[in-house]
Amino acid sequence: MRQYREGSHAVAEIVRLCKAQVISAYPITPQTHIVESLAQMVADGELNAEFINVESEHSAASVVQGASATGVRTYTATTSQGLLYMIEVLYSIAGLRLPVVLTCANRAVSSPINIWNDHQDSVTVRDAGWLQFYAENNQEACDLHLMAYRLAEDHEIMLPVMVCMDGYILTHAYEVVDLPEQSQVDKFLPDFKPVHCLNPDKPISMGVLMGPESYTETRYAIHQTMMDALNVIPGIADEFEQVFGRKVNCLIEKYRLEDATQVFVAMGSMVGTIKEMVDGLREDGQKVGLLKVIAHRPFPKKIVYEALKNAREIAVLEKAISLGEEGPLLSDVKSAFCGYGNQPKISGFVLGLGGRDITKKSIFEVQGALAGSQVDVKFIDLKI
Amino acid sequence: MIIPVTSKPRTSKANKTGTWRSGKKPHFIQKECIACRLCVMVCPEGCISGDKRCTYIADYKYCKGCGNCVAVCPVADIEMVKEEWWRETIS
Ligand code: SF4
Ligand code: SF4
Repeated sequence: MRQYREGSHAVAEIVRLCKAQVISAYPITPQTHIVESLAQMVADGELNAEFINVESEHSAASVVQGASATGVRTYTATTSQGLLYMIEVLYSIAGLRLPVVLTCANRAVSSPINIWNDHQDSVTVRDAGWLQFYAENNQEACDLHLMAYRLAEDHEIMLPVMVCMDGYILTHAYEVVDLPEQSQVDKFLPDFKPVHCLNPDKPISMGVLMGPESYTETRYAIHQTMMDALNVIPGIADEFEQVFGRKVNCLIEKYRLEDATQVFVAMGSMVGTIKEMVDGLREDGQKVGLLKVIAHRPFPKKIVYEALKNAREIAVLEKAISLGEEGPLLSDVKSAFCGYGNQPKISGFVLGLGGRDITKKSIFEVQGALAGSQVDVKFIDLKI
Repeated sequence: MIIPVTSKPRTSKANKTGTWRSGKKPHFIQKECIACRLCVMVCPEGCISGDKRCTYIADYKYCKGCGNCVAVCPVADIEMVKEEWWRETIS
């Protein structure tokens, strides 16, 4: 049913429909509205779940790790410092192959303290072994959460999934979203059946010591699973469309790319602004297009290459930077072209940090910089 | 692809921590022992066994040479000794 909802509340509603059984989180802006409304649902008896209050994000992640290990569906949400505080447990959850779903309400990282949006938090943990999806709008955020549970619990995958949605820009924005019926969700998302779980009647130990003779294989298995996920995702996305009557993109979305020679590449909510810009420039007869990257991990390298190979000038726009190098997404896109001849210019632009608005003027500045030689890192809207 | 990071009960027996010792091992003198069982309780490997006085002994396949038993024995009936050749003690 189509409803006018705040992004956070819409996501909480999806988590309720997915029947999460154990939820644990620590309040942190701009994520708080999500777990606040889940706590209310549990208190009102609308959601039959354990809501476990904790004293930190490290504990929240530990709670869902332990709960997931017993074979129940779990949920947590955080952002910024909270996500960084979870890091140790994030790696552990992935290593244990537990299908935890986490929402990251993307926010800048201290210092200086800043509660507004960019992608530095989730991009920083991209190597933890979690599948990572970035939503452009609240409908996509909702749909990606449904996909997240289905993918995480798929026995071909069994890895945690992080759905990233821009703090404030999405979490606090009211938009019309099409929320599914319980019967549809039940059809798409069957009960969670763990591969291994903690059960006193059939005791096992989880998280055992694995020395030099076997550790490598556990990392190989996660990497291989990530690569396999690229093939599993389209099939599950087809099922999604059959059940919900709506397409869901999980890897990339191509926007007016057919004959584009100039292409913007971006993740998250800024894609909406770029789409409008592309439409405007197209009206002027300019051959511009956009590639939206949804899956940052696993990174669909071949698909990205195929989508971009005819472009001559590529602009990667991102709300994060590997300080002292370049934007992480820029590195990924460049690596997609490595080994092929006739490489286009691939320039990197850092913008929208700490909540600075990305306007059409910002995108225009990016486009203006494309004419010159390739740039590795150019800060847009810089006031220095 | 999943490589389980789980193990069934009792599989820790396969992990012979005796290889962790680095040159010294506890020697149970068996002269003053009062059978207080403190050494049994503090041993992180659970590898000390015994019953009556002066019957306590460590299983060197698992004893990692931490010296906890030596430190705790109220009658100094356990001492750390240099190993002749540490590898042969775990065979
Ligand atoms: S040295 Fe440590 S491991 Fe060995 S028997 Fe004594 S307490 Fe146990
Ligand atoms: S601690 Fe010493 S006295 Fe007590 S049981 Fe062990 S060897 Fe005997």
